[in-house]
Amino acid sequence: MIEIRIHGRGGQGAVVASKALAIAVALEGRYVQSFPEFGVERRGAPVYAFTRIDDKEIYVRSKIYNPDHVVVLDPTLIEAIDVTEGLHKGGWILINTKKPPGNFQEFCKDFRVATVDAYNIAIKYKLGPKASPIVNTSILGALTKITGVVSLESLLKAIKEIVPIKPDENAQAATEAYNSVNIKEE
Amino acid sequence: MEKIIMAKTGNESMAEAMRQINPDVVAAYPITPATEVVQIFSSFVADGLVDTELVLAESEHSALSACVGAAAAGGRVMTSTASQGLALMHEVLFIAAGLRLPIVICEVNRSLSGPINIHCDHSDTMASRDSGWIQIYSENSQEAYDNTIQAMKIAEKAFLPAIVSVDAFIISHSMERLEVLPDNEVQKFIGEHKKPYDLLDVDNPITLGGLDLQDFFFEHKRGEIEAMKEAKPIIIEVGKEYGEKFGTTYGFFEEYMMEDADFAIIALGSTAGTTKVVVDSLRKKGMKVGLFKIRVFRPFPFEEIKKALEHIKVIAVLDRVDGMSSFGSPVFHEIRSCLYESETKPVITNYIYGLGGRDIFPKEIEGVYKELEEIAEKGKVKNLINYLGVRE
Repeated sequence: MIEIRIHGRGGQGAVVASKALAIAVALEGRYVQSFPEFGVERRGAPVYAFTRIDDKEIYVRSKIYNPDHVVVLDPTLIEAIDVTEGLHKGGWILINTKKPPGNFQEFCKDFRVATVDAYNIAIKYKLGPKASPIVNTSILGALTKITGVVSLESLLKAIKEIVPIKPDENAQAATEAYNSVNIKEE
Repeated sequence: MEKIIMAKTGNESMAEAMRQINPDVVAAYPITPATEVVQIFSSFVADGLVDTELVLAESEHSALSACVGAAAAGGRVMTSTASQGLALMHEVLFIAAGLRLPIVICEVNRSLSGPINIHCDHSDTMASRDSGWIQIYSENSQEAYDNTIQAMKIAEKAFLPAIVSVDAFIISHSMERLEVLPDNEVQKFIGEHKKPYDLLDVDNPITLGGLDLQDFFFEHKRGEIEAMKEAKPIIIEVGKEYGEKFGTTYGFFEEYMMEDADFAIIALGSTAGTTKVVVDSLRKKGMKVGLFKIRVFRPFPFEEIKKALEHIKVIAVLDRVDGMSSFGSPVFHEIRSCLYESETKPVITNYIYGLGGRDIFPKEIEGVYKELEEIAEKGKVKNLINYLGVRE
């Protein structure tokens, strides 16, 4: 079973990202759970969403405390909270930033680091307002590439199913992120 | 028959079952603490996917009252609520049951304020347990969907209202794989709603909900109690038919590795899933542990549960609700009471957990099994009533 934790800020689309991932997995006929951590919902506050993926039925219902991979939708969260809390050694940490993975030396010792410039990809495809672009679909493209948890084809279908507006542009953004994610070679 | 595999939340799964049932009337107050079940269903109404008359009332009390009127007139009627919403329906719950109206409520188990909290526990449905409604608890979205379809048929066959519930957030807002039946198969399964009478038939007038004092009230209640008992074979029959047609058979409860178990945990809802994972891991270590998941809490399957649990040495009942100074919590009461009649009298302890959505994880459940083993070794119980996962 693969467990993923998505960090974002209220309004960035972390929850929709985890749901799109769930749809993609279900399209492949596999088993999945995607659920957000619901607290007091404020725009801009740190939020979490979780996804479990397996080839067999998933029974466990507790939250995810030791994820295999972590996704960070907003790089400023790295200073605000411990995004690697409980993360398995050797797990991926995927960050939305234009900086290369080598800039995150603090993570490179224990984890695999990947970065993708999801803000600029989202702006290019006019996803959300320029001041706060919606980066969730782009980051999923990158996640798909580095972890292989679902195929890009399933992801694009899922995005088109769940995204309420600009489904094609969101799919294109995911594809571009898939092709442009930066990986730190060990 | 081809099932469609989708990813749906618990809320969406129940709304999907409601769409396929296509009730005549849904009356609801679709605002927090209710979840988005009715909101989703209202989009089906707006899109013309159902023939339902949707009545948006000014409170849950009014919503269920409207359901009572619609069901009394012979309609197929459903609604959805949670937490304080079910509490506000409380008065009308008894009226619906007393008038033998087969209404189905898709309920999301949320705690009762105060302080304010809308996360999962079973305070809301447990507070309604003696209202005369059939109560069916669901472990996951698939069960919530399957149970909703079955509940409609059970309710209409038994002429009793039914609540199908699912854990808030953990299931209601969690998206997972759901296998959906074709619309026409659901319609075929539930069949046509046969009215026992016609309220508008002036040649054969009837009275519903009239003044019923010392001379007959008790007899009518006695009849209602008998109807609850008679619902038991109906529930089994419908669960079996569901299995024959669609592949998963449902009963009063699910036994997981119980056959040769010495130690058992009893749980309702999503916690049963987490417990299965713990059972698997402890079984690998050689511990004879099992899980007993109660699906139908009302009518309480007394004899069946007694028979199923008699061979267990030590039992822990996990209650996601507190009895507030009663001796233990509701599920514990029932289990202990029914096993008092058994020759073997297993030791039974109570663990109250997860109030207001406090997470429960495998390590804690493993700890409970270890404590059961310890009780068996020492031959005595430290505490009959325990609180799990709370700061003290």
